[in-house]
Amino acid sequence: MAYSAKVIEHAENPRNVGTLDKNDPHVGTGLVGAPACGDVMRLQIKVTDGGVIEDAKFKTFGCGSAIASSSLATEWLKGKTIDEANEIRNVDIVQELNLPPVKIHCSVLAEDAIKSAIADYRHKQESLQAVSKTASRG
Amino acid sequence: MPLTFPIFMDYHSTTPVDPRALTDMMPYFTDRFGNAASRSHSFGWTAEEAVEHGREQIAKLIGASSEKEIVFTSGASEATNLAIKGVAEFYKDKGNHIITSVIEHKSVLDSCKRLAKEGYEITYLGVDREGRVDPEAVKNAITDKTILVSIMLANNEVGTVQPLAEIGKITRARGVLFHSDAVQGIGKVPFDVDAMHIDLASMTAHKLYGPKGVGALYIRRSKPRVRLVAQMDGGGHERGVRSGTLNVPGIVGFGKAAEVMMTEGVEESRRILGLRERLRERIMSRLDQVFINGSMTDRLPGNLNLSFNFVEGEGLMMAIKDVAVSSGSACTSSSLEPSYVLRALGVGDELAHSSIRFGLGRYTTEEEVDFVADLVVEKVTKLRELSPLYEMYKEGIDLKSVQWVAH
Repeated sequence: MAYSAKVIEHAENPRNVGTLDKNDPHVGTGLVGAPACGDVMRLQIKVTDGGVIEDAKFKTFGCGSAIASSSLATEWLKGKTIDEANEIRNVDIVQELNLPPVKIHCSVLAEDAIKSAIADYRHKQESLQAVSKTASRG
Repeated sequence: MPLTFPIFMDYHSTTPVDPRALTDMMPYFTDRFGNAASRSHSFGWTAEEAVEHGREQIAKLIGASSEKEIVFTSGASEATNLAIKGVAEFYKDKGNHIITSVIEHKSVLDSCKRLAKEGYEITYLGVDREGRVDPEAVKNAITDKTILVSIMLANNEVGTVQPLAEIGKITRARGVLFHSDAVQGIGKVPFDVDAMHIDLASMTAHKLYGPKGVGALYIRRSKPRVRLVAQMDGGGHERGVRSGTLNVPGIVGFGKAAEVMMTEGVEESRRILGLRERLRERIMSRLDQVFINGSMTDRLPGNLNLSFNFVEGEGLMMAIKDVAVSSGSACTSSSLEPSYVLRALGVGDELAHSSIRFGLGRYTTEEEVDFVADLVVEKVTKLRELSPLYEMYKEGIDLKSVQWVAH
């Protein structure tokens, strides 16, 4: 099938490829998909104390549309607050990249990756707070 | 020779028409446009003569004892439909059992599926890890109800060449008809209907440098005389086996392409095998975690099917978009299921998603091979830097131990 110009552009020049320290309490990691299904996305966000995403990185095993979806997601995430990031929907990605119906699952995966990274970050923050509460009580 | 783009490395899907075949075809579109079935004038006689010449050329290539054993069709899918359904219908009083393999072309599998709905029993034989059908398994599957065995000459995805001579010995001894979808292998690996005891064989012109839209079914006429019920009704062309006006220019091109294969095929296969091995070595010596799908001993000379672990096939195809190849990845099919052939070989879904089929042929050059090898190495390396799986593998994480969240 023919790819849209935007998919090709992202796949050839993916933005924000890389790895953040998954043990950093300010970093949230989302790992979604499965090798047997042909796509795996790992999306990471680094969040400031003020709740703003200051950095986002990804690595994706998948087709050009999957790579483009995650690359675009990292671009959109940077500078957004956690709550704003949670508002990103897969249809926004479909529209921006002109994904054909057979590639919609790539955008769904990207939305899942964002949600999963945010959940991981929040989970870390909550357990940190729990620890500090316990510490102050002690 | 300077490279021109895109580079075609998908010779299993189709081939360009050899200029020699095209030259022979041209007059039959214009000056000699007659209908081969016209018996009353020279236009018809000229066309008929050309068709009969084509028939002889094709019969010779596959070792048929008479050109009367060649029936022209629109392609190999039609030939296969005619062979399987036609035989099933004719011999239905004798038996209702057909044996085939799980890695056959869809025209074989879907013809069998349709027959199964009509009450026929179909046995689908598995293959070994290299894609080979075990002749012993054929022998053991034959019952007194078996009327037909259909096993391909060479597989279109992984290039595995089947032991047809051994299977033919068994079917002949048991009085069971033997059909072979010979599309991918004719002219490229040994194929002889007499030596292999083959009773029906499907062929197509466009896989051997002839034009698209013309194929043929070989139907043995003696020892045994194969009978079948026509699947196309009409004017009774091709001795009543396949009605429909003959594609005269196509047949002329098919015939010439067969003749060229007859004289040059052996030498050409040797050259292509050399290029295939050059491609394989240049890729595999420079990348880790690359796996060969299929057999290295019984393989089409122009076929190389590789799985690049941790890289998805369609993503790789996009990265090497100046090269025309194909992939067993689900993403390239509408079904989103990875290749059923690779699955049958026991290739895991992960590696099936990572597979690329390179098909080399008559016009492949050494320069192209070197360019493609370099490009593949560069792009696989780049995509692995992008792959979370490769990173995990490098960290020593067993990917099989990870709880994946499939969606």
